[in-house]
Amino acid sequence: MLRMDAQPPKTTLIHRGKRIDVRSGSTLRDAIRKAGFSPEAVLAAKDGELITDDRILLPGEEIHLVAVISGG
Amino acid sequence: MRCRTCGAPAAINMRQHKLALCRAHFVDWIPEQTERAIDHYRMLARDEKLLVAVSGGKDSLTLWDVLHRLGYAADGVYIDLGIDEGIGYSAKSRALCESFAAARGLALQVVSVPGVYGASIPDVAKKTLRGRRKPCSVCGLVKRHIMNRICREQGYAALATGHNLDDEAAVLLHNAMTWAGGYLVRQAPVLAATRPGLARKIKPFCRIYERETAAYALMQKIEYIYEECPYATGSSTLYYKDVLNRMEEDRPGAKLQFYLAFLQAKDQGLFAPGFSGEAELHECLQCGQPTSAPGKCAFCRLWDNPSLPPPIARRQPGEGDGG
Repeated sequence: MLRMDAQPPKTTLIHRGKRIDVRSGSTLRDAIRKAGFSPEAVLAAKDGELITDDRILLPGEEIHLVAVISGG
Repeated sequence: MRCRTCGAPAAINMRQHKLALCRAHFVDWIPEQTERAIDHYRMLARDEKLLVAVSGGKDSLTLWDVLHRLGYAADGVYIDLGIDEGIGYSAKSRALCESFAAARGLALQVVSVPGVYGASIPDVAKKTLRGRRKPCSVCGLVKRHIMNRICREQGYAALATGHNLDDEAAVLLHNAMTWAGGYLVRQAPVLAATRPGLARKIKPFCRIYERETAAYALMQKIEYIYEECPYATGSSTLYYKDVLNRMEEDRPGAKLQFYLAFLQAKDQGLFAPGFSGEAELHECLQCGQPTSAPGKCAFCRLWDNPSLPPPIARRQPGEGDGG
């Protein structure tokens, strides 16, 4: 039986301690944009290693976004 | 995406260069590019001793690491501004600089503004007209004065700062918006010591994106202060960087092209011959550093303010008290 309340699979982006759920299956670059950040202004890391933003997001994974722009 | 050099999974993609690299090749690529810029703009000779201005941030610590790896005789200077704002900003950034230097056996000089001059930058900003309008203006003035003096007095050939391509492009856009000719004509990877009392200033990262200096710091596990300076919130620099990054998203390389084309246009006569944008410089009656108006320089006038502490220890020989 099809569950009507099933949620689409999510990936979690973590930026300055804030958790943002995004839809899995898209590229990291698209997800960064949809979360309201510029892909030019962040780096992405998974398990402590930097990753490129062409990566397809998998359900359940957590990706840390590191802000790289400073204003001094 | 794969590393262009070895085919391993890439850790960074630099769209402006159409170049993806793995960690191992990226951390060698940054020093190569830095060396190229140093040579291209004739910033420094191999045997010259230089002073690196470090703040505890990613750019300056990355620069010090890279210059050290390249074999330059690079000492560091950290200016403790006395900024706390509930997060211990200066204390934290100072500790990061000290542990960075200790881990590599590098010489770091610390100048404490509250310790030497009797007031922190936030205190000075609150009590002076210049600072009330713009705290960052006081901070810049104090840092420039101290760094220039140490560099000259201690015989360093040049002062290196961690300004990256994003910094340079943001300043360029800001000044172009108002056609600030005097600032535009002086914006360059090297500011030569054209006048007595002025140190040569160099920006070896002027062609490296901010994203790349951060990536290098993360890959090399350089601990840097991640928090923004509490006074930088809402700064015009952040605004112009954001504008430029939106352009970069659509047109990879836009920031780099903007900056490099400006330097090229300057070389090809963008400004009238002889236009330097500089006023005649005088020697400050108190400290001896160059100043655009006769009498005391802006730094010395700042401390003349009666609401600031008396000049007990404003300028000690070889100051670097650590205080």
